[in-house]
Amino acid sequence: MAQAFSPQADADIEAILQRYPTRLAALIPTLWVAQREFGWLAEETMELVARRLDLPPAKVISTATFYTMFHKKPVGRYHVQVCKNISCYLRGSDEVTARAAKKLGLRPGETSADGQFTLEEVECLAACGRGPVVQVNADYHEWQTAETIEALLDRLAAGDMPGGA
Amino acid sequence: MPVQTYNYLLRDKDGKDYRDLAVYKAAGGYKAVLKAHAMGSEAIIAEVKTASIRGRGGAGFPAGVKWGFVPKDTNKPKYLVVNADEGEPGTFKDNYYLSQDPHRLLEGCIITAFALDIHTVYIYVRGEFIHQIATLDKAIADCHKAGILGKDVLGTKFALEIHTHSGAGAYICGEETALLESLEGKPGQPRLKPPFPAVVGAFGCPTVINNVETIASVPLAIEHGGAWFAGLGVERDGGTRIVGVSGHVKRPGLFEVGVGANMKDVIYELAGGILEDRPLKAVIPGGSSCPVMTPDEINVPMTIDAIRDAGSMLGTCGIIVMAEGTCMVRALARLSHFYAHESCGQCTPCREGTGWMARIIDDIEAGRARQGDLDTLVEIADQIGGNTICALGDAASLPVQSFLQKFRADFQAHIDHGGCPFDGPLPRWTRP
Ligand SMILES: Cc1cc2nc3c(=O)[nH]c(=O)nc-3n(C[C@H](O)[C@H](O)[C@H](O)COP(=O)(O)O)c2cc1C
Ligand code: SF4
Ligand code: FES
Repeated sequence: MAQAFSPQADADIEAILQRYPTRLAALIPTLWVAQREFGWLAEETMELVARRLDLPPAKVISTATFYTMFHKKPVGRYHVQVCKNISCYLRGSDEVTARAAKKLGLRPGETSADGQFTLEEVECLAACGRGPVVQVNADYHEWQTAETIEALLDRLAAGDMPGGA
Repeated sequence: MPVQTYNYLLRDKDGKDYRDLAVYKAAGGYKAVLKAHAMGSEAIIAEVKTASIRGRGGAGFPAGVKWGFVPKDTNKPKYLVVNADEGEPGTFKDNYYLSQDPHRLLEGCIITAFALDIHTVYIYVRGEFIHQIATLDKAIADCHKAGILGKDVLGTKFALEIHTHSGAGAYICGEETALLESLEGKPGQPRLKPPFPAVVGAFGCPTVINNVETIASVPLAIEHGGAWFAGLGVERDGGTRIVGVSGHVKRPGLFEVGVGANMKDVIYELAGGILEDRPLKAVIPGGSSCPVMTPDEINVPMTIDAIRDAGSMLGTCGIIVMAEGTCMVRALARLSHFYAHESCGQCTPCREGTGWMARIIDDIEAGRARQGDLDTLVEIADQIGGNTICALGDAASLPVQSFLQKFRADFQAHIDHGGCPFDGPLPRWTRP
C-alpha cells in the first residue's frame, strides 16, 4: 500500500507551513515529521513529502541527503551514538565505542539483524564537559565509561529505556 | 587572586527550575521587556553598544554594531535568526540556556525585536537537541498564554512570533549563511558575502543572526544598563560569559566569569587542575577551530584581543585541556577527520584539502609517513586558509598549522619511531 501521512502528521505539516513565507522552508520540518511517521526516509517517503509540499522531488532528495540525521536506511529501535570528538576522545570515548561494539557484535555504522540496535560514532554533541557522551534516540547519557555503557546496553536490551523512549 | 565567578547568566546551582515561567518571572524575568519598549529602538541599540557585547558565537563581532547594519527604511519584513546550532567541538554553553533557562533567550529575542522592528524570530537549534527544542517550544507556548508573545506583547501592541527550527545534523549549518540556506529548506552550503545577512538574509530579507548567548545577554544589559554590563568585562569586550572547560581537568564544566578572567586560573582553580596532577601539555582556548596553545602561553586574560595577541582565538570560550601523555598526532587526527567530514564540498581547496590532511595525519600516526609529509601537510593547510567561501577552511587549517608549529617534536617522533610512541593510558577521571 502506498504511504500516507496520518491525520496528526498532516495537521502538523499544515501548522509548519504557516510558520514560513515559503513552502521550501517547510521541507526540513516536514522531513522530520515523515521520519517520525515512517522511521526513515525511503524514496517513496521523499516522494510523499514532495507531493505534500508541492515541491520537485529532486529538491527534496537534495536536501534530505545533505543532512546526517535523516536516515536513508532503517535504523535500529535503539540508535546508540557515541561522540568521538576531541573532548570525549580525551576522556576515553574510544573505549566506550569498543565496549559497545563488542557487546553488540556490531561495528560503528551497523544495525543488528533483529533491528534492535544501531551503533554509530558521531561528532560533538555539545555536552563536552560531561563526556564521554552517548546519545540514544532523544536522550543523552553523559559521563560514560566502558562499564556504564555495558550496563546501559543491558537495560536497553531488557526493554527498559532509561529516561523513556 | 581567586577567579571571580558570577551567576547572572549561569544559574544552575541555585536549585530553581527557570524553565517554569513563574519561577523565571519571580527572579525578575521579563521586566526588561517593558523597560526596553519604553526606551524605544534607538536607545536599545545604543544601550547594547554601550554594553559592548561581542558576539558569543565565535567571531566576536560587536552585537550593537551588527544591529546598526540593518536597514531602517525597507518595506520588506525583517528577521531575527538565533544561532542555536552549537556544534563547535569543546563548546557546550548554549546547551545550558536551551535546556535550563529558555526564557532568558526568549526575553532577549523580544528586546532585539523591539530594537529592529522585527516581528518574526526563528531559533535554529541543532537537530540532536530534541529535548531542548521541546523545552523551548513549551516556553514559547507558556509565553503565548501569558500574553508575552503573540499579537500584543505585554500590552505594547507589538506583534511577535518566535518559532523553533530543528537542524538535521550538519556542523556547517552553524556558519551563518549556511544556516540561512538550511532555514530556507536547502542543503547547508554557505553563501558568498557580500551581500551580508543584515541586508540580504533569510528569504532575501534583512536579517540579524546572533548566537544564543549573545541574545541571552541582552536582557541583563537593558535591566541593569549597558555601562553596568560593560563594567563586568574589559574595554571593548563587555560583560560576563559562560566558559566551558573540558578534557583532562578534574572538574570539567561551565563557569560564568567576567570577560578578561585569567585562563590559567580558570583551568587550575575553577576546573580543579589537571587529572592525576599530570603536567599540562596543551590547551585549545575557544573550541576546536582555534590554534592550540602551549602551557607557557596560557597565562592570559580571556578577551578576544588578548587571546588574538597571544596567537590564538577566544572563539566560543570552550577550553579544551590536554595533559602530558596526550598524543598530539592522534588529537589532531580527531579534529582533521571532523573537518573533512563536515566540509560542505563547495570549494575545491576545502573539499579536497581537508581529506588529504586527515589521510596524511593518519599515515603519520600509523608510522607510514615519510619526512617530507610534515611539510606537505603544512603546505596544504596554508593553501586552504583564506581561499574558501566560508571560515570552515580556516577552521580546518589553523589546528594543523598550530599543532605542527608548536608540537612538531610529537610528529617527528612518529616518523623516527615508525609509529606512535605514546602508548600510555589516558588520564583516569572520576565524575565530580
Ligand atoms: C564552520 C562554522 C561553524 C559555526 N558554528 C556556529 C555555531 O554553532 N553557533 C554559533 O553561534 N555560531 C557559529 N558560527 C559563527 C556564525 O557564522 C556567526 O558568526 C554567529 O552565529 C554570529 O553570532 P554572534 O555575532 O552573536 O556571535 C560558525 C562559523 C563557522 C565558520
Ligand atoms: S570552506 Fe568548506 S565548508 Fe565552507 S563553503 Fe567552502 S567547501 Fe563549504
Ligand atoms: S566532544 Fe563529545 S560532546 Fe563535545
